[in-house]
Amino acid sequence: MASTDTGADTEKDGATALGDRRTSSDLAGVEAGLDALDSVQAGGPAPLRETLIRKVLPPVTAVALVLVVWQVLVWAHVAPDYKLPAPSDVWGEVHDAWTQGTLLGYIWTSVSRGLLGFLLALAIGTPLGLLVARVAFVRAAIGPILSGLQSLPSVAWVPPAVIWLGLNDSMMYAVILLGAVPSIANGLVAGIDQIPPLFLRAGRTMGATGLREARHIVMPGALPGYLAGLKQGWAFSWRSLMAAEIIASSPDLGVGLGQLLENGRNNSSMSQVFLAIFLILLVGIAIDLLIFSPLERWVLRSRGLLVTR
Amino acid sequence: MAATFTSTVEDTTAVTYAARIEHVSKSFPVRGTPGGSQLVLDDITLDVAPGEFVTLLGASGCGKSTLLNLVAGLDRPSAGSIGTDGRPALMFQEHALFPWLTAGKNIELALKLRGVAKPERRQEAERLLGLVRLEGAYGKRVHELSGGMRQRVALARALAQDSRLLLMDEPFAALDAITRDVLHDELTRIWQETGLSVLFVTHNVREAVRLAQRVVLLSSRPGRIAREWTVGIPQPRRIEDSAVAELSVEITEELRGEIRRHGQH
Repeated sequence: MASTDTGADTEKDGATALGDRRTSSDLAGVEAGLDALDSVQAGGPAPLRETLIRKVLPPVTAVALVLVVWQVLVWAHVAPDYKLPAPSDVWGEVHDAWTQGTLLGYIWTSVSRGLLGFLLALAIGTPLGLLVARVAFVRAAIGPILSGLQSLPSVAWVPPAVIWLGLNDSMMYAVILLGAVPSIANGLVAGIDQIPPLFLRAGRTMGATGLREARHIVMPGALPGYLAGLKQGWAFSWRSLMAAEIIASSPDLGVGLGQLLENGRNNSSMSQVFLAIFLILLVGIAIDLLIFSPLERWVLRSRGLLVTR
Repeated sequence: MAATFTSTVEDTTAVTYAARIEHVSKSFPVRGTPGGSQLVLDDITLDVAPGEFVTLLGASGCGKSTLLNLVAGLDRPSAGSIGTDGRPALMFQEHALFPWLTAGKNIELALKLRGVAKPERRQEAERLLGLVRLEGAYGKRVHELSGGMRQRVALARALAQDSRLLLMDEPFAALDAITRDVLHDELTRIWQETGLSVLFVTHNVREAVRLAQRVVLLSSRPGRIAREWTVGIPQPRRIEDSAVAELSVEITEELRGEIRRHGQH
Protein backbone atom coordinates (compact mmCIF):
# COMPACT_ATOMS: atom_id res chain seq x y z
CA MET A 1 0.00 0.00 0.00
CA ALA A 2 1.51 3.28 -1.10
CA SER A 3 -0.18 5.94 0.92
CA THR A 4 -2.41 6.12 3.92
CA ASP A 5 -5.51 4.51 5.16
CA THR A 6 -7.98 6.77 6.83
CA GLY A 7 -9.44 4.08 8.98
CA ALA A 8 -12.77 4.06 7.16
CA ASP A 9 -12.47 0.29 6.79
CA THR A 10 -12.18 -0.02 10.51
CA GLU A 11 -15.45 1.71 10.99
CA LYS A 12 -17.16 -0.46 8.43
CA ASP A 13 -15.96 -3.80 9.79
CA GLY A 14 -15.65 -2.69 13.36
CA ALA A 15 -17.95 -3.23 16.23
CA THR A 16 -20.49 -0.51 15.38
CA ALA A 17 -23.30 -2.85 16.39
CA LEU A 18 -22.08 -2.94 19.94
CA GLY A 19 -23.92 0.26 20.75
CA ASP A 20 -22.99 1.69 24.11
CA ARG A 21 -19.53 2.30 25.42
CA ARG A 22 -17.90 -0.95 26.24
CA THR A 23 -17.10 -1.66 29.82
CA SER A 24 -13.94 -3.48 30.76
CA SER A 25 -15.71 -6.80 31.28
CA ASP A 26 -17.36 -6.50 27.86
CA LEU A 27 -13.94 -6.01 26.35
CA ALA A 28 -12.58 -9.05 28.14
CA GLY A 29 -15.51 -11.07 26.83
CA VAL A 30 -15.02 -9.95 23.22
CA GLU A 31 -11.34 -10.69 23.51
CA ALA A 32 -11.91 -14.17 24.92
CA GLY A 33 -14.32 -14.86 22.07
CA LEU A 34 -11.83 -13.68 19.46
CA ASP A 35 -9.09 -15.79 21.03
CA ALA A 36 -11.27 -18.87 20.98
CA LEU A 37 -12.30 -18.29 17.35
CA ASP A 38 -8.78 -17.64 16.11
CA SER A 39 -6.81 -20.29 17.95
CA VAL A 40 -5.42 -23.31 16.19
CA GLN A 41 -7.06 -26.58 17.12
CA ALA A 42 -4.36 -29.00 18.19
CA GLY A 43 -4.82 -32.67 17.26
CA GLY A 44 -3.89 -35.49 19.62
CA PRO A 45 -1.26 -38.16 18.94
CA ALA A 46 -2.01 -40.69 16.21
CA PRO A 47 -3.34 -44.08 17.35
CA LEU A 48 -0.85 -46.97 17.48
CA ARG A 49 -2.46 -48.89 14.63
CA GLU A 50 -2.22 -45.92 12.29
CA THR A 51 1.43 -45.33 13.27
CA LEU A 52 2.23 -48.96 12.48
CA ILE A 53 0.58 -48.79 9.06
CA ARG A 54 2.03 -45.42 8.10
CA LYS A 55 5.52 -45.62 9.58
CA VAL A 56 6.54 -49.24 10.09
CA LEU A 57 4.87 -51.09 7.26
CA PRO A 58 6.51 -49.27 4.29
CA PRO A 59 10.18 -49.80 5.29
CA VAL A 60 9.51 -53.41 6.35
CA THR A 61 7.92 -54.07 2.96
CA ALA A 62 10.89 -52.50 1.17
CA VAL A 63 13.42 -54.60 3.09
CA ALA A 64 11.40 -57.78 2.51
CA LEU A 65 11.24 -57.00 -1.21
CA VAL A 66 15.02 -56.54 -1.43
CA LEU A 67 15.58 -59.86 0.37
CA VAL A 68 13.18 -61.64 -1.99
CA VAL A 69 14.85 -60.22 -5.11
CA TRP A 70 18.26 -61.09 -3.70
CA GLN A 71 17.22 -64.68 -2.99
CA VAL A 72 15.66 -65.01 -6.45
CA LEU A 73 18.89 -63.80 -8.04
CA VAL A 74 20.86 -66.38 -6.03
CA TRP A 75 18.47 -69.15 -7.07
CA ALA A 76 18.75 -68.04 -10.70
CA HIS A 77 22.59 -68.30 -10.46
CA VAL A 78 23.14 -64.90 -12.09
CA ALA A 79 26.59 -64.80 -10.47
CA PRO A 80 28.85 -67.43 -8.88
CA ASP A 81 28.71 -67.94 -5.09
CA TYR A 82 31.95 -66.09 -4.38
CA LYS A 83 30.51 -62.98 -6.01
CA LEU A 84 26.96 -63.15 -4.75
CA PRO A 85 26.48 -65.00 -1.47
CA ALA A 86 22.98 -66.07 -0.43
CA PRO A 87 21.16 -64.09 2.29
CA SER A 88 21.41 -67.18 4.46
CA ASP A 89 25.24 -67.18 4.13
CA VAL A 90 25.40 -63.58 5.29
CA TRP A 91 23.02 -64.40 8.12
CA GLY A 92 25.32 -67.32 9.04
CA GLU A 93 28.21 -64.83 9.17
CA VAL A 94 26.18 -62.61 11.55
CA HIS A 95 25.33 -65.65 13.64
CA ASP A 96 28.97 -66.81 13.87
CA ALA A 97 30.23 -63.35 14.80
CA TRP A 98 27.53 -63.14 17.44
CA THR A 99 28.27 -66.55 19.00
CA GLN A 100 32.00 -65.81 18.96
CA GLY A 101 31.21 -62.56 20.74
CA THR A 102 33.03 -60.42 18.16
CA LEU A 103 30.03 -58.78 16.47
CA LEU A 104 29.43 -56.09 19.08
CA GLY A 105 33.19 -55.55 19.32
CA TYR A 106 33.41 -54.69 15.59
CA ILE A 107 30.51 -52.31 15.88
CA TRP A 108 31.68 -50.69 19.10
CA THR A 109 35.24 -50.13 17.83
CA SER A 110 33.93 -48.07 14.95
CA VAL A 111 30.95 -46.45 16.62
CA SER A 112 32.96 -45.27 19.62
CA ARG A 113 35.59 -43.80 17.30
CA GLY A 114 32.92 -42.22 15.13
CA LEU A 115 30.98 -40.71 18.03
CA LEU A 116 34.05 -39.41 19.84
CA GLY A 117 35.35 -37.91 16.62
CA PHE A 118 31.96 -36.39 15.94
CA LEU A 119 31.81 -34.83 19.41
CA LEU A 120 35.27 -33.35 18.86
CA ALA A 121 34.14 -32.01 15.49
CA LEU A 122 31.11 -30.52 17.22
CA ALA A 123 33.28 -28.80 19.82
CA ILE A 124 35.49 -27.30 17.10
CA GLY A 125 32.92 -26.69 14.36
CA THR A 126 30.41 -24.82 16.53
CA PRO A 127 32.60 -21.92 17.67
CA LEU A 128 34.20 -21.86 14.23
CA GLY A 129 30.80 -21.51 12.54
CA LEU A 130 29.76 -18.83 15.01
CA LEU A 131 32.94 -16.87 14.28
CA VAL A 132 32.59 -17.18 10.52
CA ALA A 133 28.96 -16.13 10.61
CA ARG A 134 29.33 -13.21 12.99
CA VAL A 135 32.76 -11.73 12.24
CA ALA A 136 32.94 -10.22 8.75
CA PHE A 137 36.73 -10.46 8.56
CA VAL A 138 36.78 -14.14 9.48
CA ARG A 139 34.00 -14.85 7.00
CA ALA A 140 35.83 -13.14 4.17
CA ALA A 141 39.07 -14.87 5.16
CA ILE A 142 38.00 -18.50 5.56
CA GLY A 143 34.34 -18.73 4.54
CA PRO A 144 35.01 -19.81 0.94
CA ILE A 145 37.71 -22.27 2.02
CA LEU A 146 35.35 -23.79 4.56
CA SER A 147 32.60 -24.39 2.03
CA GLY A 148 35.17 -25.59 -0.52
CA LEU A 149 36.47 -28.15 1.98
CA GLN A 150 33.02 -29.71 2.05
CA SER A 151 33.36 -30.86 -1.53
CA LEU A 152 36.78 -32.42 -0.92
CA PRO A 153 36.32 -36.18 -0.37
CA SER A 154 37.63 -36.84 3.11
CA VAL A 155 39.36 -40.01 1.91
CA ALA A 156 41.91 -37.62 0.38
CA TRP A 157 43.03 -36.79 3.91
CA VAL A 158 43.95 -40.39 4.75
CA PRO A 159 47.41 -40.50 3.11
CA PRO A 160 48.65 -37.22 4.64
CA ALA A 161 47.14 -38.14 8.01
CA VAL A 162 48.99 -41.48 7.98
CA ILE A 163 52.25 -39.73 7.13
CA TRP A 164 51.85 -37.01 9.75
CA LEU A 165 50.38 -39.01 12.59
CA GLY A 166 51.22 -42.67 11.85
CA LEU A 167 48.89 -45.65 11.98
CA ASN A 168 47.01 -44.95 15.16
CA ASP A 169 43.76 -43.61 16.55
CA SER A 170 44.77 -39.96 16.32
CA MET A 171 45.09 -40.35 12.57
CA MET A 172 41.51 -41.67 12.49
CA TYR A 173 40.28 -38.70 14.51
CA ALA A 174 42.17 -36.27 12.29
CA VAL A 175 40.42 -37.67 9.22
CA ILE A 176 37.02 -37.51 10.93
CA LEU A 177 37.59 -33.92 12.00
CA LEU A 178 38.68 -32.80 8.55
CA GLY A 179 35.52 -34.36 7.15
CA ALA A 180 33.01 -33.23 9.74
CA VAL A 181 34.16 -29.82 11.00
CA PRO A 182 33.44 -27.98 7.72
CA SER A 183 29.95 -29.52 7.51
CA ILE A 184 29.06 -28.55 11.05
CA ALA A 185 30.48 -25.05 10.72
CA ASN A 186 28.79 -24.47 7.36
CA GLY A 187 25.47 -25.73 8.69
CA LEU A 188 25.67 -23.27 11.56
CA VAL A 189 26.63 -20.41 9.22
CA ALA A 190 23.66 -21.22 6.97
CA GLY A 191 21.38 -21.41 10.00
CA ILE A 192 22.58 -18.04 11.32
CA ASP A 193 22.22 -16.40 7.90
CA GLN A 194 18.60 -17.52 7.79
CA ILE A 195 17.62 -15.95 11.11
CA PRO A 196 15.09 -13.20 10.34
CA PRO A 197 16.80 -9.82 11.01
CA LEU A 198 13.70 -8.88 13.01
CA PHE A 199 14.67 -11.39 15.72
CA LEU A 200 18.11 -9.81 16.03
CA ARG A 201 16.58 -6.33 16.28
CA ALA A 202 14.04 -7.52 18.83
CA GLY A 203 16.84 -9.12 20.84
CA ARG A 204 18.93 -5.97 20.72
CA THR A 205 16.09 -3.78 21.99
CA MET A 206 15.79 -6.18 24.93
CA GLY A 207 19.47 -5.76 25.65
CA ALA A 208 20.85 -8.96 24.12
CA THR A 209 24.30 -8.15 22.75
CA GLY A 210 27.58 -10.03 22.35
CA LEU A 211 27.65 -13.43 24.03
CA ARG A 212 24.16 -13.04 25.45
CA GLU A 213 22.87 -12.41 21.95
CA ALA A 214 24.72 -15.51 20.71
CA ARG A 215 23.28 -17.65 23.49
CA HIS A 216 19.68 -16.43 23.61
CA ILE A 217 18.97 -15.34 20.04
CA VAL A 218 21.56 -16.51 17.52
CA MET A 219 22.08 -20.13 18.54
CA PRO A 220 18.41 -21.00 19.12
CA GLY A 221 17.43 -19.09 15.98
CA ALA A 222 19.99 -21.02 13.93
CA LEU A 223 19.07 -24.39 15.40
CA PRO A 224 17.24 -25.86 12.36
CA GLY A 225 20.17 -25.11 10.03
CA TYR A 226 22.65 -26.18 12.70
CA LEU A 227 20.90 -29.52 13.11
CA ALA A 228 21.00 -30.11 9.35
CA GLY A 229 24.73 -29.39 9.54
CA LEU A 230 25.15 -31.84 12.43
CA LYS A 231 23.35 -34.53 10.50
CA GLN A 232 25.58 -34.03 7.51
CA GLY A 233 28.57 -33.76 9.83
CA TRP A 234 27.79 -37.18 11.28
CA ALA A 235 27.41 -38.67 7.79
CA PHE A 236 30.80 -37.21 6.86
CA SER A 237 32.37 -38.44 10.11
CA TRP A 238 31.14 -41.94 9.53
CA ARG A 239 32.20 -42.02 5.87
CA SER A 240 35.67 -40.61 6.61
CA LEU A 241 36.12 -43.12 9.40
CA MET A 242 35.21 -46.05 7.16
CA ALA A 243 37.64 -44.79 4.49
CA ALA A 244 40.36 -44.48 7.10
CA GLU A 245 39.68 -47.93 8.53
CA ILE A 246 39.70 -49.57 5.11
CA ILE A 247 42.94 -47.94 4.00
CA ALA A 248 44.91 -47.91 7.22
CA SER A 249 45.13 -51.29 8.89
CA SER A 250 47.43 -52.17 11.73
CA PRO A 251 47.09 -54.79 14.46
CA ASP A 252 47.23 -51.99 17.07
CA LEU A 253 44.08 -50.42 15.74
CA GLY A 254 41.71 -53.29 16.52
CA VAL A 255 39.05 -54.50 14.11
CA GLY A 256 36.37 -51.98 13.25
CA LEU A 257 33.79 -52.28 10.52
CA GLY A 258 36.07 -50.85 7.83
CA GLN A 259 38.75 -53.31 8.79
CA LEU A 260 36.21 -56.11 8.74
CA LEU A 261 35.35 -55.18 5.18
CA GLU A 262 38.99 -55.11 4.15
CA ASN A 263 39.63 -58.45 5.88
CA GLY A 264 36.69 -59.94 4.00
CA ARG A 265 38.24 -58.84 0.72
CA ASN A 266 41.62 -60.29 1.70
CA ASN A 267 39.99 -63.57 2.69
CA SER A 268 37.89 -63.56 -0.49
CA SER A 269 34.88 -63.99 1.76
CA MET A 270 32.06 -62.20 0.04
CA SER A 271 29.63 -62.98 2.85
CA GLN A 272 31.97 -61.20 5.30
CA VAL A 273 32.17 -58.22 2.92
CA PHE A 274 28.38 -58.17 2.78
CA LEU A 275 28.20 -58.43 6.57
CA ALA A 276 30.52 -55.44 6.95
CA ILE A 277 28.60 -53.32 4.43
CA PHE A 278 25.36 -54.31 6.08
CA LEU A 279 26.64 -53.29 9.52
CA ILE A 280 28.07 -49.98 8.27
CA LEU A 281 24.72 -49.14 6.73
CA LEU A 282 22.85 -50.29 9.82
CA VAL A 283 24.86 -48.04 12.12
CA GLY A 284 24.32 -45.07 9.82
CA ILE A 285 20.56 -45.66 9.75
CA ALA A 286 20.36 -46.34 13.48
CA ILE A 287 22.15 -43.12 14.46
CA ASP A 288 19.96 -41.11 12.13
CA LEU A 289 16.77 -42.78 13.32
CA LEU A 290 17.60 -42.74 17.02
CA ILE A 291 19.29 -39.36 17.36
CA PHE A 292 18.93 -36.94 14.49
CA SER A 293 15.43 -37.58 13.19
CA PRO A 294 13.72 -37.26 16.58
CA LEU A 295 15.78 -34.17 17.36
CA GLU A 296 14.93 -32.54 14.04
CA ARG A 297 11.24 -33.37 14.32
CA TRP A 298 11.10 -32.05 17.86
CA VAL A 299 12.70 -28.74 16.84
CA LEU A 300 10.48 -28.28 13.80
CA ARG A 301 7.30 -29.29 15.58
CA SER A 302 7.86 -27.03 18.57
CA ARG A 303 8.23 -24.11 16.14
CA GLY A 304 5.13 -25.03 14.18
CA LEU A 305 7.19 -25.76 11.06
CA LEU A 306 6.11 -29.40 10.74
CA VAL A 307 2.62 -29.55 9.34
CA THR A 308 2.23 -33.12 8.17
CA ARG A 309 2.79 -36.07 10.42
CA MET B 1 27.81 9.54 20.92
CA ALA B 2 24.64 11.24 19.87
CA ALA B 3 22.06 8.75 21.08
CA THR B 4 22.30 8.46 24.83
CA PHE B 5 20.20 6.51 27.25
CA THR B 6 19.91 8.61 30.37
CA SER B 7 19.65 5.73 32.75
CA THR B 8 20.47 7.38 36.04
CA VAL B 9 17.93 9.88 37.20
CA GLU B 10 19.32 12.38 39.65
CA ASP B 11 17.52 12.80 42.94
CA THR B 12 16.73 16.47 42.78
CA THR B 13 16.17 17.12 39.10
CA ALA B 14 13.90 14.42 37.78
CA VAL B 15 13.93 13.83 34.04
CA THR B 16 11.10 15.87 32.60
CA TYR B 17 10.75 13.91 29.41
CA ALA B 18 10.39 10.28 28.34
CA ALA B 19 12.09 11.06 25.06
CA ARG B 20 13.75 14.24 23.84
CA ILE B 21 14.50 14.47 20.14
CA GLU B 22 16.49 17.59 19.31
CA HIS B 23 17.23 18.75 15.74
CA VAL B 24 17.63 15.19 14.56
CA SER B 25 18.49 14.55 10.93
CA LYS B 26 19.25 11.25 9.28
CA SER B 27 20.61 10.57 5.84
CA PHE B 28 21.53 7.30 4.20
CA PRO B 29 24.26 6.87 1.57
CA VAL B 30 22.92 6.34 -1.95
CA ARG B 31 24.40 3.42 -3.82
CA GLY B 32 26.30 4.12 -7.00
CA THR B 33 26.83 7.80 -6.29
CA PRO B 34 30.02 8.30 -4.29
CA GLY B 35 29.48 10.80 -1.53
CA GLY B 36 25.80 11.07 -2.40
CA SER B 37 23.25 10.69 0.32
CA GLN B 38 19.52 10.86 0.74
CA LEU B 39 18.07 12.92 3.54
CA VAL B 40 15.34 10.90 5.26
CA LEU B 41 14.70 12.95 8.38
CA ASP B 42 15.23 16.70 8.49
CA ASP B 43 15.60 18.63 11.73
CA ILE B 44 13.06 16.82 13.87
CA THR B 45 12.49 18.24 17.33
CA LEU B 46 9.98 16.48 19.53
CA ASP B 47 9.51 15.83 23.23
CA VAL B 48 7.44 13.04 24.68
CA ALA B 49 6.41 13.91 28.24
CA PRO B 50 6.31 11.24 30.96
CA GLY B 51 3.02 9.38 30.67
CA GLU B 52 2.19 10.97 27.34
CA PHE B 53 0.76 9.10 24.34
CA VAL B 54 2.03 10.54 21.04
CA THR B 55 1.33 9.17 17.57
CA LEU B 56 3.60 9.86 14.63
CA LEU B 57 1.52 9.95 11.49
CA GLY B 58 2.76 10.04 7.94
CA ALA B 59 2.60 8.57 4.46
CA SER B 60 5.16 6.16 3.06
CA GLY B 61 8.68 7.51 2.95
CA CYS B 62 8.25 9.98 5.78
CA GLY B 63 10.91 8.18 7.80
CA LYS B 64 8.69 7.43 10.78
CA SER B 65 10.15 3.96 11.27
CA THR B 66 13.64 5.39 10.86
CA LEU B 67 12.90 7.87 13.62
CA LEU B 68 11.65 5.10 15.87
CA ASN B 69 14.82 3.08 15.23
CA LEU B 70 16.88 6.10 16.22
CA VAL B 71 14.94 6.54 19.45
CA ALA B 72 15.29 2.81 20.15
CA GLY B 73 19.05 3.15 19.77
CA LEU B 74 19.20 0.67 16.89
CA ASP B 75 20.72 3.35 14.67
CA ARG B 76 22.44 6.70 15.14
CA PRO B 77 21.27 10.08 13.89
CA SER B 78 23.43 11.92 11.37
CA ALA B 79 22.92 15.14 13.31
CA GLY B 80 21.18 16.22 16.48
CA SER B 81 20.67 14.29 19.68
CA ILE B 82 18.21 11.92 21.24
CA GLY B 83 17.79 11.37 24.94
CA THR B 84 15.51 8.86 26.59
CA ASP B 85 14.70 8.01 30.17
CA GLY B 86 16.30 4.57 30.22
CA ARG B 87 16.27 2.01 27.40
CA PRO B 88 12.97 2.14 25.51
CA ALA B 89 10.99 -0.98 24.64
CA LEU B 90 10.09 -1.49 20.99
CA MET B 91 7.16 -3.32 19.45
CA PHE B 92 7.08 -4.12 15.74
CA GLN B 93 4.42 -4.66 13.11
CA GLU B 94 5.31 -8.35 13.13
CA HIS B 95 5.10 -9.85 16.59
CA ALA B 96 8.85 -10.75 16.62
CA LEU B 97 8.23 -13.41 19.28
CA PHE B 98 10.87 -16.12 19.30
CA PRO B 99 9.33 -19.34 17.96
CA TRP B 100 11.72 -21.53 19.97
CA LEU B 101 10.23 -20.27 23.23
CA THR B 102 6.73 -20.48 24.66
CA ALA B 103 4.73 -17.30 25.20
CA GLY B 104 5.71 -17.27 28.87
CA LYS B 105 9.38 -17.94 28.18
CA ASN B 106 9.49 -15.11 25.65
CA ILE B 107 8.47 -12.77 28.42
CA GLU B 108 10.89 -14.39 30.85
CA LEU B 109 13.76 -13.84 28.41
CA ALA B 110 13.09 -10.10 28.49
CA LEU B 111 13.01 -10.28 32.30
CA LYS B 112 16.24 -12.25 32.36
CA LEU B 113 18.02 -9.81 30.06
CA ARG B 114 16.82 -7.04 32.36
CA GLY B 115 18.42 -8.83 35.31
CA VAL B 116 15.37 -10.14 37.16
CA ALA B 117 16.31 -13.08 39.39
CA LYS B 118 15.11 -16.50 38.35
CA PRO B 119 12.59 -17.22 41.14
CA GLU B 120 10.66 -14.03 40.39
CA ARG B 121 10.57 -14.41 36.61
CA ARG B 122 7.80 -16.95 36.39
CA GLN B 123 5.48 -14.99 38.64
CA GLU B 124 6.18 -11.72 36.84
CA ALA B 125 5.59 -13.35 33.44
CA GLU B 126 2.24 -14.67 34.66
CA ARG B 127 1.33 -11.22 35.96
CA LEU B 128 2.15 -9.59 32.60
CA LEU B 129 0.16 -12.24 30.73
CA GLY B 130 -2.71 -11.43 33.05
CA LEU B 131 -2.33 -7.74 32.22
CA VAL B 132 -2.90 -8.48 28.51
CA ARG B 133 -5.62 -10.97 29.49
CA LEU B 134 -3.83 -14.12 28.36
CA GLU B 135 -3.75 -15.95 31.68
CA GLY B 136 -3.77 -19.45 30.17
CA ALA B 137 -1.18 -18.80 27.48
CA TYR B 138 2.04 -19.30 29.47
CA GLY B 139 2.91 -22.68 27.95
CA LYS B 140 1.58 -21.94 24.46
CA ARG B 141 3.91 -21.94 21.47
CA VAL B 142 3.85 -18.88 19.24
CA HIS B 143 2.30 -20.75 16.31
CA GLU B 144 -0.58 -21.87 18.50
CA LEU B 145 -1.66 -18.26 19.10
CA SER B 146 -3.81 -16.07 16.84
CA GLY B 147 -2.45 -12.84 15.37
CA GLY B 148 -4.08 -10.71 18.04
CA MET B 149 -2.85 -12.96 20.85
CA ARG B 150 0.70 -12.82 19.46
CA GLN B 151 0.65 -9.03 19.50
CA ARG B 152 -0.62 -9.08 23.07
CA VAL B 153 2.21 -11.42 24.11
CA ALA B 154 4.60 -9.09 22.27
CA LEU B 155 3.12 -6.19 24.25
CA ALA B 156 3.57 -8.14 27.48
CA ARG B 157 7.18 -8.86 26.50
CA ALA B 158 7.77 -5.17 25.79
CA LEU B 159 6.24 -4.29 29.17
CA ALA B 160 8.57 -6.86 30.78
CA GLN B 161 11.49 -4.59 29.92
CA ASP B 162 10.06 -2.18 32.49
CA SER B 163 10.91 0.80 30.30
CA ARG B 164 9.44 4.21 30.87
CA LEU B 165 8.91 4.57 27.13
CA LEU B 166 7.19 2.17 24.77
CA LEU B 167 7.89 2.58 21.05
CA MET B 168 5.34 1.01 18.72
CA ASP B 169 5.99 0.63 14.99
CA GLU B 170 2.58 0.06 13.37
CA PRO B 171 1.94 -2.81 15.76
CA PHE B 172 -1.66 -3.45 14.68
CA ALA B 173 -1.33 -2.84 10.95
CA ALA B 174 -1.35 -6.54 10.06
CA LEU B 175 -4.41 -7.40 12.14
CA ASP B 176 -8.02 -7.64 11.01
CA ALA B 177 -10.25 -4.67 11.83
CA ILE B 178 -12.18 -6.31 14.67
CA THR B 179 -9.05 -7.49 16.46
CA ARG B 180 -7.37 -4.14 15.91
CA ASP B 181 -10.33 -2.37 17.47
CA VAL B 182 -10.17 -4.60 20.55
CA LEU B 183 -6.42 -4.07 20.85
CA HIS B 184 -6.90 -0.30 20.72
CA ASP B 185 -9.12 -0.63 23.79
CA GLU B 186 -6.54 -2.87 25.49
CA LEU B 187 -3.65 -0.55 24.74
CA THR B 188 -5.56 2.46 26.08
CA ARG B 189 -6.42 0.53 29.24
CA ILE B 190 -2.85 -0.65 29.80
CA TRP B 191 -1.43 2.79 29.06
CA GLN B 192 -3.76 4.30 31.65
CA GLU B 193 -2.98 1.58 34.21
CA THR B 194 0.80 1.69 33.84
CA GLY B 195 1.42 5.38 33.23
CA LEU B 196 3.83 4.55 30.41
CA SER B 197 4.87 7.01 27.75
CA VAL B 198 4.05 5.77 24.26
CA LEU B 199 5.41 6.86 20.90
CA PHE B 200 3.23 5.15 18.34
CA VAL B 201 3.91 5.16 14.60
CA THR B 202 1.05 4.63 12.15
CA HIS B 203 -0.24 5.59 8.72
CA ASN B 204 -3.83 5.14 9.87
CA VAL B 205 -5.33 8.54 10.75
CA ARG B 206 -8.29 7.13 12.68
CA GLU B 207 -5.99 4.92 14.72
CA ALA B 208 -3.79 7.91 15.51
CA VAL B 209 -6.74 9.98 16.72
CA ARG B 210 -8.34 7.05 18.55
CA LEU B 211 -5.24 6.47 20.66
CA ALA B 212 -3.20 9.62 21.13
CA GLN B 213 -3.13 12.70 23.27
CA ARG B 214 -1.05 14.33 20.58
CA VAL B 215 -0.86 13.55 16.86
CA VAL B 216 2.30 14.62 15.04
CA LEU B 217 2.09 14.72 11.25
CA LEU B 218 5.30 14.13 9.32
CA SER B 219 5.82 15.24 5.74
CA SER B 220 7.57 12.91 3.34
CA ARG B 221 11.01 12.95 1.69
CA PRO B 222 12.53 14.29 3.79
CA GLY B 223 10.52 13.70 6.93
CA ARG B 224 9.78 16.98 8.69
CA ILE B 225 7.23 17.79 11.34
CA ALA B 226 4.39 19.32 9.33
CA ARG B 227 1.79 19.93 12.02
CA GLU B 228 0.68 18.84 15.45
CA TRP B 229 -2.74 18.37 16.98
CA THR B 230 -3.64 17.96 20.63
CA VAL B 231 -6.50 15.52 20.94
CA GLY B 232 -8.84 16.64 23.72
CA ILE B 233 -11.43 13.89 23.32
CA PRO B 234 -11.68 12.02 26.65
CA GLN B 235 -10.63 8.35 26.86
CA PRO B 236 -11.92 5.72 26.50
CA ARG B 237 -12.70 6.79 22.95
CA ARG B 238 -14.08 4.66 20.19
CA ILE B 239 -12.85 4.68 16.66
CA GLU B 240 -16.38 5.41 15.41
CA ASP B 241 -16.94 8.40 17.73
CA SER B 242 -18.02 11.50 15.79
CA ALA B 243 -15.37 13.66 17.47
CA VAL B 244 -12.70 11.15 16.37
CA ALA B 245 -14.16 11.20 12.86
CA GLU B 246 -14.20 15.02 12.69
CA LEU B 247 -10.59 15.43 13.68
CA SER B 248 -9.62 12.54 11.38
CA VAL B 249 -11.18 14.36 8.42
CA GLU B 250 -9.19 17.48 9.22
CA ILE B 251 -5.92 15.59 9.60
CA THR B 252 -6.57 13.52 6.48
CA GLU B 253 -7.03 16.73 4.46
CA GLU B 254 -3.69 18.00 5.71
CA LEU B 255 -2.03 14.65 5.02
CA ARG B 256 -3.42 14.57 1.48
CA GLY B 257 -2.09 18.05 0.93
CA GLU B 258 1.35 16.85 2.00
CA ILE B 259 1.15 13.88 -0.36
CA ARG B 260 -0.17 16.03 -3.24
CA ARG B 261 2.97 18.18 -3.12
CA HIS B 262 4.98 15.18 -4.27
CA GLY B 263 2.89 14.84 -7.43
CA GLN B 264 3.74 18.40 -8.53
CA HIS B 265 7.29 19.48 -9.19
